[in-house]
Amino acid sequence: MAGAISGGPGDSGLLIGLPGGGGRYGRERGSGALRSTLVAFVSTVVFLGVVALLVVNAPGWPAVQESFLNGRVFADSLPLIVRAFWVNVQLFLVSEVLILGFGLVIAVLRSLPGSVLFPIRLIATVYVDVFRALPGILIIYVLGFGIPGLGVTGVSKFVFAILALTLIYSAYVSEVYRAGINSIHPSQDAAARSLGLSRLQSMRHVVLPQAVRRVIPPLLNDFIGLQKDTVLVSYIGVVEIFRQAQIRQSASFNFTPYIVVALVFLLFTIPLARLTDVLVTRDQRRRATTAR
Amino acid sequence: MSLDQRSVRTTAADSPDTVRPAVEIAALRKSFDKLEVLRGIDLVVAPHEVVCLIGSSGSGKSTLLRCINLIEPIDSGRILIDGVDITAPKVDVNKIRRRIGIVFQAFNLFPHMSVLDNVTLAPRKVLRTPSGRAAEEATELLARFGLEDKRDEFPDRLSGGQQQRVAIVRALAMRPDLMLLDEITSALDPELVAEVLNVVRELAGAGMTMIIATHEMGFARDIADRVGFLDAGRILEQGPPDRIFTEPTEVRTRQFLDRVIAAGRM
Repeated sequence: MAGAISGGPGDSGLLIGLPGGGGRYGRERGSGALRSTLVAFVSTVVFLGVVALLVVNAPGWPAVQESFLNGRVFADSLPLIVRAFWVNVQLFLVSEVLILGFGLVIAVLRSLPGSVLFPIRLIATVYVDVFRALPGILIIYVLGFGIPGLGVTGVSKFVFAILALTLIYSAYVSEVYRAGINSIHPSQDAAARSLGLSRLQSMRHVVLPQAVRRVIPPLLNDFIGLQKDTVLVSYIGVVEIFRQAQIRQSASFNFTPYIVVALVFLLFTIPLARLTDVLVTRDQRRRATTAR
Repeated sequence: MSLDQRSVRTTAADSPDTVRPAVEIAALRKSFDKLEVLRGIDLVVAPHEVVCLIGSSGSGKSTLLRCINLIEPIDSGRILIDGVDITAPKVDVNKIRRRIGIVFQAFNLFPHMSVLDNVTLAPRKVLRTPSGRAAEEATELLARFGLEDKRDEFPDRLSGGQQQRVAIVRALAMRPDLMLLDEITSALDPELVAEVLNVVRELAGAGMTMIIATHEMGFARDIADRVGFLDAGRILEQGPPDRIFTEPTEVRTRQFLDRVIAAGRM
């Protein structure tokens, strides 16, 4: 299947965009950079050409082409699948906001010192441990089938899906935040406290603004994961992109709808991955210039 | 309590015996795990007095200052500020700290805030000063120390000396009764030391009560009303700078000063 994707039309441009990035390390400028870009371009074209040739000449190719790259099925399922993707986008956007908030609360609770707050820290720690240990699909099942089983009615599957994604991802995101909080030198907190700021004021105005800025790249990384994991909620009956593709697949007896899903995710996720890279590079450059 | 002539002069209105000490420390002890850093510190500081603490690294100078500001919890002993026991269990730590400014060796400015925001953060959040007025007061203070044109810069655009002056202004913005300076010139390039020390001189001239941990012996001799020599967690010897620097009674003090002179730091 991977061979079929890279041999397909249209996506080779995405792959070729990468080697040209060699210049961002600043070592290759001017004619050297042009030459190395050309070499990278030619070698990529040759490599992909060879792979495509091998795949196309394989004995099973006509059958694979018919069941995975059927143009008519592609055209028929595309609008439905793109429309269903809107559900994933909603899931993703709503959960993301909730995760950013809830994850931060958990991280702050775990970072608060003092023996009085031990029970709160304990609860937060247990939550993070449990929800990181369990496979996401289990949590989605338990929430999506378990809560309605308790007799709770009138709540849509969409709400359970959001709840499950938020609980799963907040556990990871809180750890990212916490790493950021721990990376801020204690002298910053000491300086704030020495001015009379309370523990929470110091956290809010001094530690968190610096910590959050530092963890934006790893946060974005987690959200790339979240985008993809929105398809997991198809298992509790939310008709989103993957569920819609399954429906189209059983209607047409053809796997092309899954290729459509793959393309949609590639188009959506890769720009975000590139953005993360840009942010990481910028952050490194900034640190390099401010280091003494 | 022995006061030298200068502090008697600055508190001339009252007889020194009836003035309530600004700081009174008794039998202060502090350990980090098994390492006992402070082994019974007794120190009394009069209002408007400038006390310089000298001694080798690890003698406990910084720890003592951090204990006075309650950054480090103490193991035993008492610290009274203006007659109030700040080590009592029910005391409001945040309220105490407002009145005690501390400046650190490493500046510890907030890198994500402009100079102005660094200075106004605590007045705005702790004293609830409206931001307009906090900004006015901060600008005035910055101008007093020649920093008015740095108001909107971020800390990483300033020299070490400028950063440390901003840190002093940030502490002063809370109108503290007492300033603790913890080796504030140790992280500076030599040519930047003077600008920071001049700020401290101005504060001393304005009557600020200060406890200063320092390696700058010339400065200590010049500015201090009293010098205390710390050795292995105790104040081994204290007195007017002229006496401590010229005829110390303790062998350890003499040895320390000899080493400082040999290193060309005096």
